[in-house]
Amino acid sequence: MQFLIPILTLGLLGLLFSIGLSFAYQKLKVEEDPKVEAISEVLPQANCGGCGYSGCRAFAEAVAKGKAEITGCPVGGEDVSQKIARIMGTEAGKAIKKVARVHCRGNTKAAREKGIYLGITTCHAAHIIGGNKECVYGCLGFGDCVRACPFDAIHMGEEGLPVVDADKCTACGKCVDACPRDIIDLQPVSQNIMVFCRSLDSAAAAKKACKNACISCGICVRACPEAIVLENNLAVIKDYKKIDPEKIPAIEKCPTDAIGRITKEENHEG
Amino acid sequence: MRKKTFPRGTHPPEYKHYTEGQRLEKLEPPEKVFIPLNQHFGKPADPLVSKGEEVLLGQKIGDSDELFSATVHSSVSGKVLFVKEHPHPLGSPALTVIIANDGKDTPHPDMKGTKDPFSLKPEDIRSKVRDAGIVGMGGAAFPTAVKLSPPKGKAIDTVIINGCECEPLLTSDYRLMLEYTKDIINGAELVRKAAEAKRIIIGIEDNKRDVFELFKQKMNGFPGETALLKTKYPQGAEKNLIYALLKREVPRGGLPFDVGVVVQNVGTAKAVWDAVSSGTPLYERAVTLSGPGLKENKNLLIRIGTPFKHAVEYCGGLKEGANMLVMGGPMMGLAQWNLDTPVIKGTSGLIVWEEEAFPEEFPCISCGRCVSHCPMGLVPTRLMNYSRHGYYQEAEKWGVLDCVECGCCQYICPAKIPLVHWIRVGKNAITSMKRKKKS
Repeated sequence: MQFLIPILTLGLLGLLFSIGLSFAYQKLKVEEDPKVEAISEVLPQANCGGCGYSGCRAFAEAVAKGKAEITGCPVGGEDVSQKIARIMGTEAGKAIKKVARVHCRGNTKAAREKGIYLGITTCHAAHIIGGNKECVYGCLGFGDCVRACPFDAIHMGEEGLPVVDADKCTACGKCVDACPRDIIDLQPVSQNIMVFCRSLDSAAAAKKACKNACISCGICVRACPEAIVLENNLAVIKDYKKIDPEKIPAIEKCPTDAIGRITKEENHEG
Repeated sequence: MRKKTFPRGTHPPEYKHYTEGQRLEKLEPPEKVFIPLNQHFGKPADPLVSKGEEVLLGQKIGDSDELFSATVHSSVSGKVLFVKEHPHPLGSPALTVIIANDGKDTPHPDMKGTKDPFSLKPEDIRSKVRDAGIVGMGGAAFPTAVKLSPPKGKAIDTVIINGCECEPLLTSDYRLMLEYTKDIINGAELVRKAAEAKRIIIGIEDNKRDVFELFKQKMNGFPGETALLKTKYPQGAEKNLIYALLKREVPRGGLPFDVGVVVQNVGTAKAVWDAVSSGTPLYERAVTLSGPGLKENKNLLIRIGTPFKHAVEYCGGLKEGANMLVMGGPMMGLAQWNLDTPVIKGTSGLIVWEEEAFPEEFPCISCGRCVSHCPMGLVPTRLMNYSRHGYYQEAEKWGVLDCVECGCCQYICPAKIPLVHWIRVGKNAITSMKRKKKS
């Protein structure tokens, strides 16, 4: 009879626990939106954080709750936003593709170096001690943006400036955050007129430091006063849409090439 | 006598013999001086003069309402040419008042002395120190008036006068101590009065025994003593000096007044005496010009705002092979790129090197020398690796913000890893992240 005791005790315990478990399952059930799973599946799973959330899953949850835009994933682009729209049962609308653009033309030929820089060869390290170039606003050329890019879309050009591959760029914004000098920003891919300088130096100082610096001469402003203004010794495009295509040749007369059309090399087409 | 010291640290070759015997000479002010408005720790001063204005010697040309700031004075008399950006020793250009010297040195009428400086009230001394624009002259340029006014509830009992000058090559403090002994002691007494402390300790390294004996004699009648310290770098670093002399440890992230101490450099003590006794603001400082790249090595009293070029030319100019100019000592100094950059209140020396080759970096071999030499008890190699790979929170946890950037780790590193530069990258990233969070 002794062998019955353990069988009975264990059997009873098992029964007790199974009742407890099934009760807990009923009571503590978490309702998960099936949409989250569906959205998560169509996302690229790059977990880049370009949408502003900590990963693709977090973005999917935010979309399902209606907190994030359907077009919020910069990596997936239009394709993915269409799919998400279908899951959510709405229209995606037209997303404008943006790409990272470098606002400096201070390449190795144009920008004057201060001296021999012997420090650590990253932009951040050079920036905190004043940089290696005379211009304190321009590109340092050590490629923090190149290392930050998770999509291999940005490379160091031959002349020491980063070149963005517009096709690969997903506008995740990692390079924008990595640049200690804030010379990269995200712009619609169709916008091809840009100011390629961020120097706030006076004309004489800017010219001394870099051949391609904006010298605030105002030629572009006179050509197109409705869209371009001078702010702190620098030409700024206030409203790109107002630039009349016919006026572009006049804007391109910039003596230092600090404003103009983006070149083929800079757009990585060449 | 047993010499006092702190744990760890290093002892680089001193090379003090280059300039030890050179008396302090007054350098004639140049035709144009460039006085930056940002010469101190804290907020830059706002300019009080504009283009075309006539200024006099010792006239206040910059001031700020902020607590962490210092006033700036003209070091010559003449006309303001520009108030604009000019190369600054700390790297990026800064707002600078450029004055054409008329060569007359007409003093400003505000420069009035006090007959009996020792009878002044602590508040009066503090306000005179603030008006004279005095900052810590060891190099960090912390506003002295702030140091002398501890927050409520924190009483100061000891004033330490830092005469260590532990940086190799520099001898400007040594010469000051030798030639202006009485001024320094009087200044120390004023600092003691202003901080309402009980005693003074003057700390001197044992490679300056002559000065030690001199101070011992002249300290008679003053409440305090002179202490002999072991020659070791960084003996003159504030927190290490406090530990060496009093065996008190400044808490993490704290300041010396948390342990009841005020530390002042000998140059600062002299400046305090000058400011109170004769009303002279801080417009001149002692600078060592030394190094193998200079034709002659000298100790000079240089007006603030004098371009490096003027001082270097007075020393016979640069040698042909000179390729590196450092402001400050060789351990903590900053490499410069422009000879038009002016001497500021924190310039303790100008060192010119003739380097044949610059060290190449090798991978870390985990020897642990940086750890056994760090005077702050940190783990430099780990801090470097965290900063290098962007693990800033981990770096902060391991105390990257406690690093004083003394350079012992990098000096001792057999792989020649730029540890201090990486640590600075980490510190900068952490502080800017904190600033972003605040705003």
